[in-house]
Amino acid sequence: MQFFSAADLQAIWLTVKLASLVTILLLLVSTPIAWWLARSNSHWKGFVGAIVALPLVLPPSVLGFYLLLAMGPHGPIGAITQTVGLGTLAFTFPGLVVASVIYSLPFVVQPIHNAIEALGRRPLEVAATLRAGPWDTFFHVVLPLAKPGFITAAVLGFAHTVGEFGVVLMIGGNIPEVTRVISVQIYDHVEAMDYANAHALSATMILFAFVVLAVLYSFNKQAHQSAVWHGR
Amino acid sequence: MKYKQPLLCCLLLAISSLSRNTAAEQATIAVAANFTAPMKAIVAQFEKTSPHQIRLSFGSSGKFFAQIRQGAPYDVLFSADQEKPNALIMQKMAVGDSCFTYALGKLVLWSSDKQLLLSGNKALLNGNFKKLALANPRLAPYGLAAQQVLEHLSLKPAVSGKLVLGENIAQTFQFIHSGNAELGFVAVSQLAALQADKRGSSWEIPANLYTPIRQDAVLLTRASNNAAARALIEFTKTPAARTLIENYGYSLPPIQ
Repeated sequence: MQFFSAADLQAIWLTVKLASLVTILLLLVSTPIAWWLARSNSHWKGFVGAIVALPLVLPPSVLGFYLLLAMGPHGPIGAITQTVGLGTLAFTFPGLVVASVIYSLPFVVQPIHNAIEALGRRPLEVAATLRAGPWDTFFHVVLPLAKPGFITAAVLGFAHTVGEFGVVLMIGGNIPEVTRVISVQIYDHVEAMDYANAHALSATMILFAFVVLAVLYSFNKQAHQSAVWHGR
Repeated sequence: MKYKQPLLCCLLLAISSLSRNTAAEQATIAVAANFTAPMKAIVAQFEKTSPHQIRLSFGSSGKFFAQIRQGAPYDVLFSADQEKPNALIMQKMAVGDSCFTYALGKLVLWSSDKQLLLSGNKALLNGNFKKLALANPRLAPYGLAAQQVLEHLSLKPAVSGKLVLGENIAQTFQFIHSGNAELGFVAVSQLAALQADKRGSSWEIPANLYTPIRQDAVLLTRASNNAAARALIEFTKTPAARTLIENYGYSLPPIQ
């Protein structure tokens, strides 16, 4: 007996591809934002923090609706992508990537922000007295010390992108191998009254989410204990 | 003495509202997305002459079907097909003899661009577009009809890489309206509901290219004694309502 159909497997592969790419991009984008939020004294801090956290509270249909308008030929994102010769982003894999980065941003920025804030000023000052440059400090002091925060961020960013539904439904167009991710495939099965296939995929998703979170929480507990052990 | 008249007024008001409450009932109606505009107009007419109150939910028939099977509190289903009302009757979740065809849906090829479809279906035949939107044929009867049109025009292989699927006809409309898909298949009723200057260009599809989309409505078992639900169903069969439905771009079968 085959547990997943070919279409299901395609959707799973597409989702893994999307979530991996989004996670890498998110780590690159979120680190400077989190750094700035943790270190800056600017008046804009509250404003930027709120913008970053918006996807946490907005319904995906709101994000998806405005992304669809913004990505269209008459929208601001559409205007940019058309000028650089990319066409419009709706119904494309890059479009899903852009939408997912926006959607999962707070899940990555916030753990990194907390981790950097928890370091305090001291390690940086010590590094500075030892004449470490800013990059040197970042790679050899900040990154190792804040590692649990970065790992939490990466795992949450990945898992949250895997679970994304509303935004993809609004801008994806349900195209096999391009935009039909697992959540959309499940929706498709349910709407078509194909409950057996919907079950198989949904149960897999629950199992995946549970394993990810269980590993993450036990890892965090260990990291916390070892940090205490080393007198941090 | 001074308070007597206002008191009397209050009493009369209370009695009249009480008596109206006993006659008036409320019904919640699930309506397929393509019938949104005409249904709003029908209910507006209906509530002018009737004491009953109607609450409307719009969405995909597939979702309503699943929800009703799980006990969702809808009283009538205006489906986009015949399959779901029939299945509900089979499962004893709908009143058997209440099923009737309230509209025959018509499909149109539409673009929000005023020029693109000025010369009929030329743009479609030439492949002069990047994305063609239709409702998911697996889920929506309008999508199935659109697929039949593509088959009849022998365009299926040519457009296969350009298709984007909306979960229902409303989302398909959104894809085209926002310009993300240059053209696509929607319900004539959706265009009829637009302001004249927003209608872009369209090609009315000859009826022989697809099987007519028979849309059935059915009274759900839980509402078999709901006067509001029954009254609304009767109202949609009156000549006034039928004219209204036709004005929104549907055709109608002869009265059953």
